[in-house]
Amino acid sequence: MSDWYKHVALVGNPNVGKSSLFNQLTGLSQKIGNFPGVTVEKKEGVFNHDNKKILVTDLPGTYSLYPKSPDEQVVTDFLSHASTTKPDIILCLIDASNLKRNLLLFTQLSDLGYPIVVALNMLDVAEKAGANINVDLLQQKLNCPVIPINARTGMGLDAVKAALIYATTSSRPSFFQPEEFNPHLADELRTRFEVNNEYAALLLAHQYLNSNSISETDKQEVAQVLNKYQFKGKSLQAAETIRRYSLIHELLMGVLSIMPPPHPGWSVQLDKVFTHKIFGYVAFIAILTIMFQAIFSWASIPMDLIDGGFTAANNWLKSVLPDNDLSSLITDGLVAGLGGIVIFIPQIALLFAFITILEETGYMARVMFIMDKIMRRFGLNGRSVVPMVSGVACAVPALMSTRVIDNRRDRLITIMVTPLMSCSARLPVFAVLIGLIVPSGRLFGFMSYQGLALMGAYLLGLIGAIVAAWVFSKFIPQKQKSFFIMELPVYQVPRFKNVLQAMYSRSLVFVTEAGKIILAISILLWALATYGPSESMKSAETKVATQVAQGIITADQADGALASAKLEASYAGIMGKAIEPAIRPLGYDWKIGIALITSFAAREVFVGTISTIYNIGAEDDDTDTVKERLRKEVNPETGKPTYTPALGGSLIVFYIFAMQCISTIATTYRETKSVKWTAIQFAYMTVAAWVFAFLTFRLLGGI
Amino acid sequence: MNPKHTLADLKPGETGVIKGFDDEELSLKLLEMGCLPGASVTMSHSAPLGCPICINVGGCLLSLRKEEAAEVLLQYINK
Repeated sequence: MSDWYKHVALVGNPNVGKSSLFNQLTGLSQKIGNFPGVTVEKKEGVFNHDNKKILVTDLPGTYSLYPKSPDEQVVTDFLSHASTTKPDIILCLIDASNLKRNLLLFTQLSDLGYPIVVALNMLDVAEKAGANINVDLLQQKLNCPVIPINARTGMGLDAVKAALIYATTSSRPSFFQPEEFNPHLADELRTRFEVNNEYAALLLAHQYLNSNSISETDKQEVAQVLNKYQFKGKSLQAAETIRRYSLIHELLMGVLSIMPPPHPGWSVQLDKVFTHKIFGYVAFIAILTIMFQAIFSWASIPMDLIDGGFTAANNWLKSVLPDNDLSSLITDGLVAGLGGIVIFIPQIALLFAFITILEETGYMARVMFIMDKIMRRFGLNGRSVVPMVSGVACAVPALMSTRVIDNRRDRLITIMVTPLMSCSARLPVFAVLIGLIVPSGRLFGFMSYQGLALMGAYLLGLIGAIVAAWVFSKFIPQKQKSFFIMELPVYQVPRFKNVLQAMYSRSLVFVTEAGKIILAISILLWALATYGPSESMKSAETKVATQVAQGIITADQADGALASAKLEASYAGIMGKAIEPAIRPLGYDWKIGIALITSFAAREVFVGTISTIYNIGAEDDDTDTVKERLRKEVNPETGKPTYTPALGGSLIVFYIFAMQCISTIATTYRETKSVKWTAIQFAYMTVAAWVFAFLTFRLLGGI
Repeated sequence: MNPKHTLADLKPGETGVIKGFDDEELSLKLLEMGCLPGASVTMSHSAPLGCPICINVGGCLLSLRKEEAAEVLLQYINK
């Protein structure tokens, strides 16, 4: 009839190596299509063994036949209805290191009445975790072939192929009898809708509303039957899960020895310190301090190299390329933009190295444990600690790490407030401005005023985030119950390989996802700062040429003066002047306006732009030179220095609160999938920045 | 005395046996973590501010909030 000998459905939990196994089995014969009626990818492939052709369908990964997403619904629909595509046999892939949870799905598949072959993957991981599995006994108890495999190397594959072809159909007793809980209901549904058996009928009763494989009239009929028998879905599902888990528990007696390694004494002792009411918090703050010291000092070495490398490459390109707009686009737009992305990699990689180490050791779970109650007062949750702490390095990976928060509202609030944590890109801005307005003396001889001011800036960001979270929690209703059920694992030595893997994958995500946007905006800002109305650009050139001719400036200074004059005449300059009325109350002039606009791509651009505007010269944008130059800047109206403490303070406060970061905006959108929340975040941060900068300016005596 | 014992009533070091759950959504989550009716739980310690608490079930340490613990019914408490 059909041109294959058997049709196999490959089923398993997510992340157990299903794709690897599918690739190993079917190689290059794969075809990708869609499941009927939904846009869920359906992968099929064939393999030949002993001159028999076998068709394999790869189903989406799922924990149970009670689906939580459209992908998972496909699995239940595909297996529980007497459709023409019904497979002959199921290949159930099981993760040996998480046997209990994986067997839940097995018992459900078994109750659907299919012949099953079990492929047992990750035995090595299970053994490392101290679990010993008696495969022969498991095979005997499950009453079906159980074959240890390694999905990555292909070990055990031939045995799986042979078992799929020659497995004899032996009937297993049901793990769960629907009749026991609801007599006649399953039976009536089964005869009326021609599903496989009673259990398939029960699944239909639970899921008929979301199923894609029955018609609307059938759905109404199911509803009538359910009504007749007073079907209570939720409690029946809970009863079923309890029954299955207790059966699995019995079944594993003798099969699985030393389930998890028991908590050793030293792990308990460590908990006494790390969750202690005083030492717990002291240890947390100490670990954070060490972490950020390390991130800032270690990352600065590769960052300087990257910076130097890109500057050198840029200068070299400028020397070999002809002097035209295309060259300028390549050097000042593209190469500079790329440099602006790559420069973040050391910090992101280091941050995630630390976070992975803290997670692997089991310490992160303790931090969430001791912080949950405090965080909840402000509408957050213990799991918000990781993103908020990460936000001090960079909001982009921090927002990505909010995925550990399973409650939707808590996650949204965390995303909303995390960018207020002062990130490393604010550091150069703070460094210049604090150096400018705070004296360099020391308090009590060892705490520098400037260091205290820097700490104050970070604290202000933290307080802002907490207050914002509290305000959001008053406006966003909690629709879903928030749970805090979490395992506190045994303390462990971190695995080096996992740390490297996290450093690599997080950096890659940043470069490919956020990098694209940063690059695009950098080029746009380059264009705004390079081009302007032709008349004003020309007059800028003439002006500088006249000044050189008249001897007001020397030929050496001409390049810088020209760059400065051109920036003023460019579209960015025009925009800076256009926003001047809006930023005047904060004490800013159009020159700072230009820097606000260009630093919209990334905050640290502020320093570079300021150095161009004040004609400091591109090579000299190290902070000391910038500070010296700014100190000499005189306000034409008052004749006094422009950069007063009031203006400096106002700018620092502005940068603490303002969402001056296109990558963060892009990441917020990617994580929330909502234009509305992305806009709300941008709006509230900008408004807060304006208001608090204004207040600071006034309080410090600015007019 | 107390007609209804819950996990939240346990003091550090005390043990109880799970009888059932008051909340279905919670029960499904706890079941996945191995908290089955009939399993014995020991209260290990609580977080500095009294919540969440840390319990030991079959050698595994789990954390849950006090109000979640109040929905886990116990058969009896073994001091």
